[in-house]
Amino acid sequence: MKIVIDWVRCEGNGACVVAAPELFDIDNEDMLIVLDETPSEDKRAALERAVASCPRRAIVIEG
Amino acid sequence: MAGQAPPRTIAIAGGSLAGLSAAEELRAQGFGESIIVVGREPEMPYDRPPLSKQMLKGEMAADALALACKPDMDITWRLGKSATGLDVGARTLTLDDGESLAFDGLVIATGASPRRLPFGGLAGMHVLRTRQDAEQLKADLDRQPARVVVIGGGFIGAEIAATCRALNIAVTIVEPLPGLLIRALGPMVSELVGNIHRDQGVELRTGTQAFDALADGAGRVRAIRLSDGTEIETDVVVVAVGVVPETHWLEGSGLDISDGVLCDATCLAAPGIAAAGDIARWPNTRFDECRRVEHWDNAIQQGRYAARRLLADESATTEPYTPVPWVWSDQFGLKLQVYGSTVLHDELRFVDGPTDDHKFVALYRRGGRLAGVAGIGKVRSLLGYRRMLEAGTSWDDATSATSASAQGTAQ
Ligand SMILES: Cc1cc2nc3c(=O)[nH]c(=O)nc-3n(C[C@H](O)[C@H](O)[C@H](O)COP(=O)(O)OP(=O)(O)OC[C@H]3O[C@@H](n4cnc5c(N)ncnc54)[C@H](O)[C@@H]3O)c2cc1C
Ligand code: SF4
Repeated sequence: MKIVIDWVRCEGNGACVVAAPELFDIDNEDMLIVLDETPSEDKRAALERAVASCPRRAIVIEG
Repeated sequence: MAGQAPPRTIAIAGGSLAGLSAAEELRAQGFGESIIVVGREPEMPYDRPPLSKQMLKGEMAADALALACKPDMDITWRLGKSATGLDVGARTLTLDDGESLAFDGLVIATGASPRRLPFGGLAGMHVLRTRQDAEQLKADLDRQPARVVVIGGGFIGAEIAATCRALNIAVTIVEPLPGLLIRALGPMVSELVGNIHRDQGVELRTGTQAFDALADGAGRVRAIRLSDGTEIETDVVVVAVGVVPETHWLEGSGLDISDGVLCDATCLAAPGIAAAGDIARWPNTRFDECRRVEHWDNAIQQGRYAARRLLADESATTEPYTPVPWVWSDQFGLKLQVYGSTVLHDELRFVDGPTDDHKFVALYRRGGRLAGVAGIGKVRSLLGYRRMLEAGTSWDDATSATSASAQGTAQ
């Protein structure tokens, strides 16, 4: 499972951080940080929550 | 499910964000029986926030608005059909084509519609809620009108004004209260947002009411008359004065629809009947308040919660729905975000900024507690305060934490 971010769409609002703090964070310049780009399968539910929480639909799950 | 048959048919009234989220969660929870969504709009669910932003600006095609909907969900969509009545005891919905639809569980998710003014209805006058509304408004903006008048200085009015400026169209906001977003965010944040709008060339006519719309010979709007007697010439007007919950169809059902559908703390309006999204009013025990939350994120979270609630044993005690509400707004490329509850606050305090580029963090107190946080930029800090809201942090603890330590709690 791989997390792919559409950086053109992402506006760094942090909604995904609320949904899945184990996978995402925001730096001091309001840029998204992906903490784990290839998370293990047990994080899928959290990742799907983050995908749904993203108002810009900038998060894509590959695999 | 102690002594109770699991639901076999779950109906969802309203086929938009809250309704779709409920349907998806039902399947995610393993509900294998029938799901029927009754939706008044003829099309599959689509996203509304871009309607005042990317889509209106021409940066996003209308067909890119569709909400992702998994293909294998096996949902029966009854689109272009309205629910016209509900029999709570018999558990049936009536549709506008006369059909009576029996259900075991129901999610009421019929949302809200734009509030109308007592005048208007002229060509060139718009509201903005649906894709069709946005297409009609966009067609008028594409003609590069000399001026647009936006009636209402809330989130949607402010966003439409910002979009007009991005399109290099002169725009006036008319707002009866003394400032933009003032009801939601209080005078200090309102002033800051107002200054941003003025800097970007938006004309603000606050503290005055739109009183009438004047027509030209062809029945098109030609001016808006204000309560002080002045007239603003314009041939494109957007009325953005809030929304009213879509509860007409529930009249006579016995449900309390005095302001949306009143629910208990677990989003149930009656046994087997839950409500979610813009239409639902429920006591959020985290903030000791009973109100509707008209935001995108809540439509998702509450739609999901409502689905789980219907699948739970009705007699079981269910964890109440106690979200920390979140809304964002996009104006002039600045992202305004609000977490928690800012209305009816006792105190508003800036803890960071405003900086020259308008970034800030402001906290809202209700009683002895931190009730909300608003900001532009500074997302790490906002997320830190959001965690405090979730933890029920006192005002004193929240304000004595510097923004750095607010970030610290984010770790
Ligand atoms: C232009 C615009 C911009 C926005 N921007 C933001 C933003 O930036 N951030 C944010 O947090 N929120 C924003 N919102 C708010 C957000 O879109 C709403 O909170 C969300 O759409 C609520 O979803 P809902 O499903 O509860 O209701 P709705 O989206 O109103 O959907 C209800 C559906 O039910 C249908 N319906 C109504 N009556 C019936 C009936 N009797 N039978 C069957 N179907 C019926 C309606 O046609 C509609 O399709 C914006 C809204 C608009 C309009
Ligand atoms: S929720 Fe979406 S837009 Fe917001 S920071 Fe995450 S990926 Fe970016």
